[in-house]
Amino acid sequence: MKNKFNIFIIIVFLSFCFVVFFKGLNHSNTYTPKNNNKKNIPIFEAKDFNSNTFTNSEKIFEKDVFYIVNIWASWCVPCRTEHPLLMKLSKNQLVKLIGINYRDNQTNAKKFINEFGNPYSQILIDNDGILSVEFGAYGVPETFIINKDKIIIKKFIGPINQEIVEKIKLIIK
Amino acid sequence: MKILKIFMIVFLFIGFSYLKAGEKNDELKSKILKNIRCLICQGQSVYDSESDFASSIKLIVDRKINEGLKEKKIYEFLTGKYGDWIIYDPKLNIKTYILWLLPLFLFLFGGVIIYKKIYKNEK
Repeated sequence: MKNKFNIFIIIVFLSFCFVVFFKGLNHSNTYTPKNNNKKNIPIFEAKDFNSNTFTNSEKIFEKDVFYIVNIWASWCVPCRTEHPLLMKLSKNQLVKLIGINYRDNQTNAKKFINEFGNPYSQILIDNDGILSVEFGAYGVPETFIINKDKIIIKKFIGPINQEIVEKIKLIIK
Repeated sequence: MKILKIFMIVFLFIGFSYLKAGEKNDELKSKILKNIRCLICQGQSVYDSESDFASSIKLIVDRKINEGLKEKKIYEFLTGKYGDWIIYDPKLNIKTYILWLLPLFLFLFGGVIIYKKIYKNEK
């Protein structure tokens, strides 16, 4: 009787280990921060791309509209694929696009904007990547949706596509 | 001459205490950076990584230390942005309790088995 109980315990333990490892195998090893955590916008000061003067978060997000913050760089290839979609989004009156130019050469960034168009109502310079960290980003491109209460309600890691644009349109409706 | 000597002593004292404070900050900085995971090259700590993300985090940690923030507050800032996973040494909370308590439970369970075996042999 006792032997049977011991065998039962061993089988249960081995099954537990099997399930844990089997589940673990299906999980991706790459961690991506959660996209749906609602957070207040960070308080920051940053240099404006066009005027080269300092501005702050209060002035940037002063209007009672939805904001889309997009982190981009001229050296970032996926940023080129999402750019036409950002151009389309910028035509929407319900939303304002803010660009954060991440660790970029300003001449190249200007060339990029001249070549592909400027969807942003304002572009901020982030030479050392600190501003992007304040938003909770860790690479380019990343896109944040900010509601009228100045809360980051959604974050998209990687280039946006048509499906994401539809989601954004639903959110800002 | 006496004034010059006093001035020299005060100058050296201030200089050394400044160096000592800088050394302390450097130690704290490397301790924190070694405990933060780089999200770009996930096998490495921010301390070891040369990625853009890691260099931004290095700058931020440096800035926060100079602002006088304690180690715990810096971790809170980073976990607030990226979640608990960014720290190598996870805190005990609802998501990590199995991680912390399972080894203890297995240790106690093993102890009970060994104790029972010895007790049985003695009998």
